[in-house]
Amino acid sequence: MTAATISGVIPLPYRVAGRREDTADTVTLELDRDGEGLPEFGPGQFAMLTAYGIGEVPISVSGSRGTRLIHTIRAVGAVTRALCATRSGDVIGVRGPFGTRWDVGAAAGHDVLVVAGGIGLAPLRPVVECLLADRRAYGHVAVLIGARRPGELLYPGDLRRWAAHVRVDVIVDRAEPGWRGRVGLVTGLIPAAGVDAGRAVAYVCGPEVMMRATARALVDRGVQAERVWLSLERAMRCGAGWCGHCQLGPLLICRDGPVVGYPVAEPLLTVREL
Amino acid sequence: MRTAESAQLIDVTGLEVLFGVLHERGYTIVGPTVRDGTVTMAELDSATQLPWGWSADTGPGHYRLRQRADGAGFAHCAGPQSVKNFLHPPRARLWSTDRTADGIIATGPEPPTKRYALVGVHPCDVAALAVLDRVLAHGEHPDPVYTARRDGVLVVTAECTEPGATCFCASMGTGPAATGGYDLALTELVDGGHRFLIRPGSPAGADLLARLPTRPASPVDVAAADTAVERAAVTMPRRMPDGSLPELIAANRESPHWADVASRCLTCGNCTMACPTCFCVSTTDVTDLTGEHTERWRQWDSCFSVDFSYVHGGPVRASGASRYRQWISHKLGTWHEQFGMSGCVGCGRCIAWCPAGIDITREAAALAAPTPAGEPS
Ligand SMILES: Cc1cc2nc3c(=O)[nH]c(=O)nc-3n(C[C@H](O)[C@H](O)[C@H](O)COP(=O)(O)OP(=O)(O)OC[C@H]3O[C@@H](n4cnc5c(N)ncnc54)[C@H](O)[C@@H]3O)c2cc1C
Ligand code: SF4
Ligand code: SF4
Ligand code: FES
Repeated sequence: MTAATISGVIPLPYRVAGRREDTADTVTLELDRDGEGLPEFGPGQFAMLTAYGIGEVPISVSGSRGTRLIHTIRAVGAVTRALCATRSGDVIGVRGPFGTRWDVGAAAGHDVLVVAGGIGLAPLRPVVECLLADRRAYGHVAVLIGARRPGELLYPGDLRRWAAHVRVDVIVDRAEPGWRGRVGLVTGLIPAAGVDAGRAVAYVCGPEVMMRATARALVDRGVQAERVWLSLERAMRCGAGWCGHCQLGPLLICRDGPVVGYPVAEPLLTVREL
Repeated sequence: MRTAESAQLIDVTGLEVLFGVLHERGYTIVGPTVRDGTVTMAELDSATQLPWGWSADTGPGHYRLRQRADGAGFAHCAGPQSVKNFLHPPRARLWSTDRTADGIIATGPEPPTKRYALVGVHPCDVAALAVLDRVLAHGEHPDPVYTARRDGVLVVTAECTEPGATCFCASMGTGPAATGGYDLALTELVDGGHRFLIRPGSPAGADLLARLPTRPASPVDVAAADTAVERAAVTMPRRMPDGSLPELIAANRESPHWADVASRCLTCGNCTMACPTCFCVSTTDVTDLTGEHTERWRQWDSCFSVDFSYVHGGPVRASGASRYRQWISHKLGTWHEQFGMSGCVGCGRCIAWCPAGIDITREAAALAAPTPAGEPS
């Protein structure tokens, strides 16, 4: 069995080496492989994760450390619940890497906006880490984060670390006692982000309505549409281009996405039920 | 080309010799045969099982076998299934795993036990094979189930001389003549003695041909074959509208016509099951009671099912209109962008096997020249 066949169809067993409960329904898993692992995942790419006997779902990389894979998973159904319920030492199956990447290098010399809604921060975390790793290559950087409630905010430790180097703004849909930050939609953070729209590159991930509104707001403020990137979500059964589920018009999201430029995404996202 | 110099003939008995040589070489022969009131692709032991003397009358939502006096063996149009059923099976196990003391041991898809020779496949279905090849075998991550079955397949095509009323391969450029993708091509002639013009399309085909009892074809035979295939092209009653279908589809994403189709479409998915190029699948994981043994199976799926587009929170394509639009838009339009070719080869199966008689050529024509709202299309 060749490596290509394995990454294409048969999940490779990885061991849960680290597990952190981020919020009430979201868990970050660190996965280790004994023996040869999968090829390196780039920012924006995703894995198909198998809870053996339950099923398989697409999950973005939210980080990596050497050959260790890091995924942040929100429990919303049978498979994600099973993945979130794993314990240290449990084995899950991994296929990948699949899909397109956030091309962070292309933002060199530009101001950068990273806009995340909810679990959408997970696939954007590698973007921020890339920016920080070569901080001086970029102009002003702003990370704008929307969460439903303060308690659903991901990676508070990372946010504090990032804030020392880039602007980090957070907004919540609904405040909770003790919350002194802003309340509203993430688009409300854009005007004060401090980036020069004319030279900005934007990376956006979150629920589809949030991405539509954010991308439009950015373009309205003068960000070039070609410099706005979104990560799209559709049903996926294979990740590898042969199940047909992830179509969005001319795109196979597992192959031509998930990271897609706004000029391509915009006319597709405005058609209902496409 | 059916050129005079290289043209050779075999008789009906020559086909039995072909079957013999193929069996001798270890092939399992799949070809058309009469079964369950249709011409169906099936594993065949003998050339006598070919549908000698049968045609099919087809129309929207209509398929009936009709006996013919001339005994022709390949004068039938597309039946309810295709070679897709053999190379991209409706159900396949992708892998199984066992938890052992050494960890999880995985086994891939079972290697195929049979190597197929596809005999009597019409050119539209040879074109469909090229579509499946592009989708399932030539992507970055080839589908191992398909590629293992596809490797080493031998194709004997039978040019089409008797298109059905639902056929439109001529307007899709996939028939009725055989233009590639085959090892041997037959053109059946019934006037003036039942015989077949036969020509190789590959070294393997040439090698096979050398084992068959052939005789040289006369220019009259070649001309008769040319005429028969050309007549099939010009008499084919259905066609796709002129112009770029991908552009037509892209321009009609929000057409009111989708609601009109939806009022007729039952979203049963028959069209996708019968179509020789529809490849979509879903997967199901199963486990035994101990949980130590798990398997992943995959089965054909259809974009007409509500579950097909299900993401957390609900289906993307909840309405019937959006699901019909997805199907026809993929077949005729977005397939080009995804795979550089049409997803429709013009075999007409979806028309004949639609219980509501929905006709992909008429729907495309309606999009090309929309009728004013309220008028019957
Ligand atoms: C590229 C990509 C990256 C992603 N990255 C992340 C990430 O980093 N973190 C994260 O938390 N999430 C991510 N997601 C979302 C994640 O894949 C889904 O939350 C997950 O698939 C949900 O699966 P589930 O079985 O737990 O939940 P469900 O919503 O119950 O099921 C999802 C799948 O199960 C099947 N299914 C379940 N119920 C039904 C039904 N009633 N009818 C039909 N089919 C059904 C369907 O195939 C469906 O697609 C990503 C998605 C994509 C496409
Ligand atoms: S869409 Fe219809 S006519 Fe076209 S290949 Fe499929 S079944 Fe045949
Ligand atoms: S077009 Fe016909 S065959 Fe296809 S889903 Fe609709 S009713 Fe069924
Ligand atoms: S997820 Fe299967 S084709 Fe994209």
